[in-house]
Amino acid sequence: MTEGQLIRRVIKPVLWAAGLAPLGWQVWAFFAGHLEAEPVKGMEHFTGQTAIVILCVTLAVTPIRRLTGWNGIIKLRRLIGLFAFFYALIHFTIFLTFDLEFSFGDLWKNVVDRPWITVGFAALLILTVLAVTSPQAMVRKLGKRWTTVHRLIYLAAGLALLHFFWSQKKDISLPLKFAVVVAVLLGSRLILRPRTRRPRTVARADLRG
Amino acid sequence: MRIPRIPSSEIAPEALYWSRREWLASVGLGAAAFAIPGCLEAQKDDLKPTPYDLVTGYNNFYEFGTGKEDPKENAHTLRPSPWKIAVEGEVKRPAVYDLDDFFKGMTPQERIYRHRCVEAWSMVAPWLGYPLGDIIKRLEPTSKAKYVTFITLLDPVQMPGQRRGVLPWPYIEGLRMDEAMHPLTLLTVGVYGKPLPNQNGAPVRLTVPWKYGFKGGKSIVKIRFVEQQPRNTWNIAAPNEYGFYANVNPTVDHPRWSQAKERPLGQFFMKPTLMFNGYADQVASLYTGMDLRVNF
Repeated sequence: MTEGQLIRRVIKPVLWAAGLAPLGWQVWAFFAGHLEAEPVKGMEHFTGQTAIVILCVTLAVTPIRRLTGWNGIIKLRRLIGLFAFFYALIHFTIFLTFDLEFSFGDLWKNVVDRPWITVGFAALLILTVLAVTSPQAMVRKLGKRWTTVHRLIYLAAGLALLHFFWSQKKDISLPLKFAVVVAVLLGSRLILRPRTRRPRTVARADLRG
Repeated sequence: MRIPRIPSSEIAPEALYWSRREWLASVGLGAAAFAIPGCLEAQKDDLKPTPYDLVTGYNNFYEFGTGKEDPKENAHTLRPSPWKIAVEGEVKRPAVYDLDDFFKGMTPQERIYRHRCVEAWSMVAPWLGYPLGDIIKRLEPTSKAKYVTFITLLDPVQMPGQRRGVLPWPYIEGLRMDEAMHPLTLLTVGVYGKPLPNQNGAPVRLTVPWKYGFKGGKSIVKIRFVEQQPRNTWNIAAPNEYGFYANVNPTVDHPRWSQAKERPLGQFFMKPTLMFNGYADQVASLYTGMDLRVNF
């Protein structure tokens, strides 16, 4: 099997299964009556944390690539990133449905008045932009600007973490753990440089993340 | 008036002890009601007790962990018997009582109360307790006693959550004297006709149904009568979010969420929150002339 075949036939199906598993668990929990006593809050926490976990996995692609020298991993990044967006969108949709009951006036009030909603919403908007610009055609169309646009994932991760921190009543130990993971993943980029040094122009066009 | 048809599982006494699987049926009903908004109103049976599993399985009791399911999991380390309760401060006869002596000669009453958490969830619980006012009269506070403070057990061995400084320990709550004397205010010792489970604040807790749930200090070991308004734990922890009065008030939002609605445990959609949690007729007069936006 070539590397391309390995990715297409094995790794990507595994990623799809892993990416859909959290959703499958929630759907099962819903029908089996295993949601929390506050089912809506439970689903919101679960989907929000899943989005942040997958965001961390997305941010881990580049360090893994530099650490192992396996450049093929970059072909998986879009799929992983889209799953992060997928769960962020479900998280938001649950909030819109059950907490706001589709009142866009209430949504606006929340986004304007409540900083923790503001930053969470901003993170979702960024992820939306990244998802929309993720197809090959958009990569080609945007050219070098694509890399610049997609650096917004760092901002999205920061905003998502802030949203997580500010949502806590008093105990910030869980968001703190995620913050440490994100800090390690971003910090590793400063220590782990790209393995193969190529001419500068090529390196820039490369999809660094 | 036509009585809506209710599945027998909902009115049978066993309904009080729904298993999680049966609870699903109610969730299913809720989902069906989603399609027909009118049904939601019909379903809003205000004082139908929340299933026992939810009342005793979803608790804010940081002494046993900050997760809502932690207390049920961890509270087995609490030893609610024997239990002593100290009465001190501005009182004629300060003393330490055995809990049994403390309630001697009184009969506990069942009170089905709405319970509204500051986090916007709610339940209805059939508490078993003693009107605090009756007890206070027996304790004979002095004329200087303007407030009553309730202090929870401090014991990191029995309460492992106290090993973390997530809140200043011990947990302290307080009431103004007229609030404490109000006939709705209970010292609660049971729920659903049984002694309080540890996770609900065994062996004795405070219940003030028109206030947010955090006012109900659990596993109380000390009652102190004082002249000055005490500072309560959540007010110390986050003064801009939690006040001393903490009266349920749909018109005064928490800084991070609206208090206009609440979500009954086990349900998907919210219902309007009532002023003073539905007890306005009985308690509104306590706060005449007070700005409830300032004294939140």
